[in-house]
Amino acid sequence: MSANISKATKKPAKAGRSIAALLVVFIAFAALAIFQGDTKLKLGLDLRGGTSVTLAPKVAAGAKVDKAAVDQAVAIIRQRVNSLGVAESEVSSQSNGDIIVSVPGNSSSRVVDLVGATAQLRFRQVLAVGAGNAATAATSSATTTTTSKSGTKVSTPASASFPSGVNAQLDTAFKNLDCTVAANRQGGAIDDPAAPLISCSRDGASKYILAPAEVEGNQVAKASAVLDNTNGNGWTVLLSFNGVGTNAFGKLTSRVTSLGSPQNQAAIVLDGLVVSAPRINEAINSGSAQITGNFTQTDATDLANKLKYGALPLALTVQEINQISPTLGADQLHAGLLAGLIGLILVVLYSLMYYRGLGLVSVGSLIVAGSITYLSFLLLGKWIGFTLTLAGIAGAIVSIGITADSFIVYFERLRDEVRDGRSLRTAVETGWQRARRTILVADFVSLIAAALLYFFAVGGVRGFAFTLGLTTFVDLIVVFFFTKPFVTVLSRMAFYAQGRPLSGLSAHSLGVVTIVGKDDL
Amino acid sequence: MALSGIGGRLYRGETSIDFIAKKRRWYAFSGLLIMLSALALSTQGLKLGIEFKGGSVFTVKSASVNVADGQSALKSSGITTESIIQKIGADKLRLQTTDLPQTTVSAARNALATQFKVNASDIDVQTVGPSWGKEITRKAIYGLFGFLLVVMLYLAMAFEPKMAISAIVAVIHDVFITVGIYALVGFEVTPATVIGFLTILGYSLYDTVVVFDKVRENTKGITSTAKMSYSQAANLAVNQTLVRSFNTSVIALLPVASILFVGAGLLGAGTLKDLSLALFIGLATGTYSSIFIATPLLATLREREPAMQALAKRVAVRGGAPESTVDKNTAGVVTSTHTREINERGPRNQPKRKSRRR
Repeated sequence: MSANISKATKKPAKAGRSIAALLVVFIAFAALAIFQGDTKLKLGLDLRGGTSVTLAPKVAAGAKVDKAAVDQAVAIIRQRVNSLGVAESEVSSQSNGDIIVSVPGNSSSRVVDLVGATAQLRFRQVLAVGAGNAATAATSSATTTTTSKSGTKVSTPASASFPSGVNAQLDTAFKNLDCTVAANRQGGAIDDPAAPLISCSRDGASKYILAPAEVEGNQVAKASAVLDNTNGNGWTVLLSFNGVGTNAFGKLTSRVTSLGSPQNQAAIVLDGLVVSAPRINEAINSGSAQITGNFTQTDATDLANKLKYGALPLALTVQEINQISPTLGADQLHAGLLAGLIGLILVVLYSLMYYRGLGLVSVGSLIVAGSITYLSFLLLGKWIGFTLTLAGIAGAIVSIGITADSFIVYFERLRDEVRDGRSLRTAVETGWQRARRTILVADFVSLIAAALLYFFAVGGVRGFAFTLGLTTFVDLIVVFFFTKPFVTVLSRMAFYAQGRPLSGLSAHSLGVVTIVGKDDL
Repeated sequence: MALSGIGGRLYRGETSIDFIAKKRRWYAFSGLLIMLSALALSTQGLKLGIEFKGGSVFTVKSASVNVADGQSALKSSGITTESIIQKIGADKLRLQTTDLPQTTVSAARNALATQFKVNASDIDVQTVGPSWGKEITRKAIYGLFGFLLVVMLYLAMAFEPKMAISAIVAVIHDVFITVGIYALVGFEVTPATVIGFLTILGYSLYDTVVVFDKVRENTKGITSTAKMSYSQAANLAVNQTLVRSFNTSVIALLPVASILFVGAGLLGAGTLKDLSLALFIGLATGTYSSIFIATPLLATLREREPAMQALAKRVAVRGGAPESTVDKNTAGVVTSTHTREINERGPRNQPKRKSRRR
């Protein structure tokens, strides 16, 4: 980047070659984009409509956010959001622990309710149990004994009649449920506490018919993972209920403990899925209970966390909710495109008016820059999931100015060189040597700005910084591989070389003065 | 046309606007603006958007919207706190409320849907928790200082330390005045505005960098010729890049103005309007500062160096100010080591074509 003012004059052939090279690379990438099948821009929620929710973990002042807990929360929320069945829903975490949920197309408040709900943990009595695959009926007479993940022994009843609380309708639904299909294990959708529930275990190995909920997750006061070696139980989870919970849990346990298997099991249901269904060995009226079942330390800790925080491993507060209908999204997209178009036309008119023939160079360069930027949007959408937001469009429009400025710096230098009495062909080179440096330094400052904006920006406005940086980079490519070579080629043409009036290089418009006193034009 | 002719005269120093000599005037003007800004900030403060204090914004699109009905719909859903209701264009209503529980927000959405006979899901809602703004502000401040530091280091390396200082002072000047204008006029500040402010930093510097690049070129080896003092050389640089500064600013402002126009006119309040308004004001002050503040400040700083003071003395003794040189037209402003004997050569190379065309 040193001011190296060598007089090396590039041959026009070389100039032609560099334009051709740019064209080849462009076509190659365009072909790649078409080959990959991504010919449509990925639009952000503000342009296509949808709901986005930003959640921040609640931490004590000065405390650090637990990354693992955030990841776990993201997984759980993703599970809930997926239950909506909307394609391209995204749940992601930011470096500061914020969780961003975006569901396109759907701006109903259901998303907000789903995501915002923190406690969907319930205790239900098990009415029937079966192997996870389809066609296992509650009334199946064959006694299959399986060992669920938690190690709890479960078996299907041998009686041919429906167990109490189960009717034919429930049984049919139960029979049709295939827990080996992942789609049926997403949970989170419907969990009416007052109704019976047909549900899968989280690993899909078993399925259950469950009685209406009797104890709610928010009635759990404390839960912890404890290593119980004295009784040889390994890792267990100790939990205690609050007042209401103690009564409810006491009632549940005293009722089921005398029943046969599997009705003597109490299922812990999280977001509609059975986490564990321990057998109740005795009535528990003390308000504290121990869950055993061949847990590993991680299993026990996870379960304790879930019991403690409801569904999520950490408390979250809703920071921002954006619900945008597809109509407004389309409006914003149109407005953004319109603004871009008007801006572009104004810039083109101005540069043609001021720079005349040279203006054509800037128009051409802007078109090239525009095409490269659009192509980058397409490819980056595929590669790094880049989505174009309204702020992103604004960034791209603003960058028209920055891109055009590179040409102005060069043109002014070029004209200065001609004013100094150089022939156009020499001026094209010497002017470039000097303008190049200015352009590099100025664009570099722009890139620093964009990078820092990106890292410190919040939410959607990040898109602004990203496109600003991207287009600045594109500007560099265009100036080096298109604008400069293009001017070199033009400088060979008589129209420009002789400084015709409309070329933008005429002696008059440059103010190369021989006629003194006529400057007052 | 007239403007393009000016370019040549500015370049040779025939038409020279004395930016540097009148620096006290610009300093005083900027000082006044800064004082006004400080005053506006301390008395009125900034009008913060819901992102900074929490609240909800509803946007309803329907042919039948009107403010009074919107008001009653909010009231019917139990919102008693003060709401700001605006009609945008012909068919849009924007209702801004204070921080509300999520259930009230849903109720209000449904009430508005019933009132204006649209689907609830067609009403756009943005809800922001009260602590969100702190995060944005914190990040913006980090961004500001990180940016200033990195750019200062970079400019100090690429140019010279005093240029870095002058450029940064000019940037702070721009942001401060822009924020002041916001406080004075009472424009709403949203995260998009903050990002706009941060972008101004980049723009303003970009502008200054181009001027400084020319200053550096003009002042290279200046002490060995004693033809002009540092201030004179710097002033010439500002004049020489004036056309570029003007064109760049116009071209940068055109797209921003079109976003502002479309954003405010078609969409009403929102990202586009907030961003472009901040940019529009910032760009204008940025152009002003790179010409009137950054370069004079640089000259002030450099003129304090003994070497430059000695040079100024020598130039004064020789009577070397451009005014006193022999010929007005070839105005003896030899700018730098590599702007070779231009004045003699220039006219000779181009003249015939020129007179023919005239």
